[in-house]
Amino acid sequence: MKKLRLIAGVLVLGLGAAACGGAKVDDNSSAAPSANASAGAAAAGSAGTVKMAINAWVGYEASAAVVDYLLENELHYKVEKVTLNEEPSWQGMESGDVDVVLENWGHDDLKKKYIEEKGVAVEAGPNGNNGVIGWYVPEWMVQKYPDITDYKNLNKYADLFKTSESDGKGQLLDGDPSFVTNDEALVKNLKLDYKVVYAGSEAALIKAAEQATDQQKPLLMYFYEPQWLFSKLKLVKINLPPYTAGCDADPKKVACDYPAYPLDKIVSKKFADAGGPAYELVKNFKWTNDDQNKVADDITNNGLSDEAAAKKWVEANPTIWQAWIPK
Amino acid sequence: MVAAPADIAPPVPVAERAQRLARWLPAAGAVLVVALYVAFKNTAVLPHDDDASLFHWLNDARDWVDENRNTSPFFLYFVNYVRLGVAELFTLFQTALTALGWPGLIGVAAGLGWLAGGWRIALVSVVGFAGIGALGLWDASVDTLALTLSSVLLSLVIGIPIGILTGRSPRVRRIVSPVLDVMQIMPTFSYLSPIVLLFLIGPASATIATMIYAIPPAIRITALAIQRVPPTAVEASESLGATGGQTLRKVRLPMALNTITLGVNQTIAAALSMVPLVALIAAPGLGVDLIRALARVNVGAALVPGIAIVIIAIVLDRITRSAAVSRARSSAVRWAGFAVAIVAGLALTPVLAPEFPEQWQIQIIRPINDVVGWIEANWYGFTGFLNDTVAYGLLNPLQDVLTSAPWWLITIAVLGFAWRFSGLRAGLVAAGCLVAIAALSLWEHGMETLTIVLVASVITIAVGLALGIAAARSRWFAAVLRPILDAAQTMPSFSYLLPAVALFGNGRFTAIIASLIYAVPVVARLVEDGVRAVPGTVVEAARSAGSTDRQLLWKVQLPMAKSSLLLAANQGIVMTLAMVVIGALVGAGALGYDVVAGIAQQEDYGKGLAAGVALVLLGVMLDRITQGASGRPNSKKKRIA
Repeated sequence: MKKLRLIAGVLVLGLGAAACGGAKVDDNSSAAPSANASAGAAAAGSAGTVKMAINAWVGYEASAAVVDYLLENELHYKVEKVTLNEEPSWQGMESGDVDVVLENWGHDDLKKKYIEEKGVAVEAGPNGNNGVIGWYVPEWMVQKYPDITDYKNLNKYADLFKTSESDGKGQLLDGDPSFVTNDEALVKNLKLDYKVVYAGSEAALIKAAEQATDQQKPLLMYFYEPQWLFSKLKLVKINLPPYTAGCDADPKKVACDYPAYPLDKIVSKKFADAGGPAYELVKNFKWTNDDQNKVADDITNNGLSDEAAAKKWVEANPTIWQAWIPK
Repeated sequence: MVAAPADIAPPVPVAERAQRLARWLPAAGAVLVVALYVAFKNTAVLPHDDDASLFHWLNDARDWVDENRNTSPFFLYFVNYVRLGVAELFTLFQTALTALGWPGLIGVAAGLGWLAGGWRIALVSVVGFAGIGALGLWDASVDTLALTLSSVLLSLVIGIPIGILTGRSPRVRRIVSPVLDVMQIMPTFSYLSPIVLLFLIGPASATIATMIYAIPPAIRITALAIQRVPPTAVEASESLGATGGQTLRKVRLPMALNTITLGVNQTIAAALSMVPLVALIAAPGLGVDLIRALARVNVGAALVPGIAIVIIAIVLDRITRSAAVSRARSSAVRWAGFAVAIVAGLALTPVLAPEFPEQWQIQIIRPINDVVGWIEANWYGFTGFLNDTVAYGLLNPLQDVLTSAPWWLITIAVLGFAWRFSGLRAGLVAAGCLVAIAALSLWEHGMETLTIVLVASVITIAVGLALGIAAARSRWFAAVLRPILDAAQTMPSFSYLLPAVALFGNGRFTAIIASLIYAVPVVARLVEDGVRAVPGTVVEAARSAGSTDRQLLWKVQLPMAKSSLLLAANQGIVMTLAMVVIGALVGAGALGYDVVAGIAQQEDYGKGLAAGVALVLLGVMLDRITQGASGRPNSKKKRIA
């Protein structure tokens, strides 16, 4: 009975917090950075809370680690990391669960929906990283089968890429189902005798690439830059029909290569409007693929925690990050 | 079921002839199915089409919801308030638990433990929660605890009244019972998409998803408790002139209280096993660490949050379990101890550091990963061989058959099989589910999932059977096995993916191995209990009649334990389905992948939603086929082939 009263009280509180004209999704009080600062009792003297989406590849984590480190140690914010896939991160800007996406890969459809139509997100400029997506084979395969880099010859070699999971066709290994990919449409529209098989994660792709290189096993996989792995082993990109503006407009009819992705930052409208040093820092954040790869490599291969890797980079590159700190 | 017309005047008696017919019927049916398969192979196969109009329609529905979320009255005045209220509830718990600080929270746990079961339980609570801190996962654990508590609270607030109604009215029971059946069969994965559509991502959705998973035990056990209140007590109360409400408050509820507390215990256990999965829809907590470990293929990093969840589960289990057992101790002593523990904890909070001290944390990730790395490097040939054997020897041939057979043939075969095994009604439901999967445009993916589930179930049941029998026959083996199985059962299903991935790479076999670890404990336990339940006198009699151990097992113990064995099979299959679906996160594909993609990619939303429904249908179908076994009240008879 007591519990009943408690929940009734909670509901009344909730109702009271909202305007009497019904509740809109962004009325959630915890969405406001200021309200959250008081909730986090541990963060005494904190300048506020920044909710940062963390997408599941280590390059993103590297960027997030450095921005997190600077926000906490230089600007004294509390950073809440929200581990999410790319598209739900955008939804998080609507629901108030996400303030910042640090590495956005294109997503023009989402920009249209959440920036133009709903007005819950805004762009915060490029982060300096240049994204490439494509199909790759280990270098030894190119030496053995020189013409394999042309997509037109892929059917000739399909037998090489057969696995137990590929239904008797060649296997095209993709990553996490949430990554940006046109691969199923590409296979279909380019009439390739391949099946897209999802490895499930970036780490699984990397493991496959390492095995394919060490044991000379054939492998065709979806991969991308910036990526620390390219400093450890050689992968060669397959040439797909060149990208032309608009050729990927209909996701089901794509028959061309991926575009170049100048990666950019997206922040929630609320976060941008609130302004403040945190927003300024996110807006100013800009570094190179090499910077990101260095931090990502430390996190993945040198056993450093995100925080330690960020600290190492920050201490080594003061001139770069000092330019991001708002005056 | 087939009675020969009497006027033929058969040379053999009617009953005998019918019996012979009944014996041949399944074989004849099987031959017929094979013949039809050969004749109609590759016709009416329903290949997968990503462009099915149903998916587009569902996408449009999603877009409508998205556009009207802030204008439609249904959302403005109902859905959004629910979301807001639930989010507030979660925030309340989270803020309160965080504000306690770690010494305070340990103190509260110790106090509750003392209150419920004396110093032993208090000690378990202190050691357990301190252990979580030592694993370095304090903050995430507090989030998980807040999520668990808020969803358990909601489950109880909604579940107990429904349970009381269900316990008192047979009519309500007839409606509620099948709904609960379906809720418990539903793979947890399948209802994330619709919840996200209504309530967006975030803790509110996560709490509601967890609640859906945790509420059936709350309802069922409350109903059971109310039903078990002796009618004489109720009559006595009524004859003394008590009103219905008075009887409920003063007689029924107090008498049912201990059983209901057990229901709370079960609800908490269910909530905790769901909590890691909701990290997929942006819930904070230990699930986040699990998902990150999965993305990095880091076995050690996945095991640690798994252990933390096991610890939380053990502490909450012991507290609620001992609260359910009434005992005699002066209440002054109990409350005094409770107060002392809490005050001590709270007093220490400002003194000690707000964060759990780092030097008290122990590092276990690296040693675990070293072991895994060694196995990976040295067993590669063996694991690769296993994977390929199962894939080429079992999975691919079976999948070929299921995807190349006409859909009507599979439906008829399932109908016949389920009819024979569990009765006509079960057969019709099972066949209906298959037709519905076809109508959802997900036939091919459904058959692929079914393939994995069938292979995984066979392996799971075989291993569970072997372990269960061994445990039933050797006390020593049982004593070793039991704690291992206990731990395996409490670990979040999610954390089994990782060791499987590390050993076998990504693919269907990995999902099979994970479901093996997940479901074998339950199967083995049911088998063991069933075999042990065979009366000692019967075993003695068989032995004195000179049967060998082998004969004793095959001719006496197993046949007599048949109903437990079949229940084990039923449970094994349903659990396997749930795990195989989660296996999509590591490349097992099919329906599970559709659901994952539906959450992750806009244009796949409709497909994901439909796949969620298809999974529920598949679960109901598998359950109905094996339900002749389960001895549920709604299965007519235990009629077994």
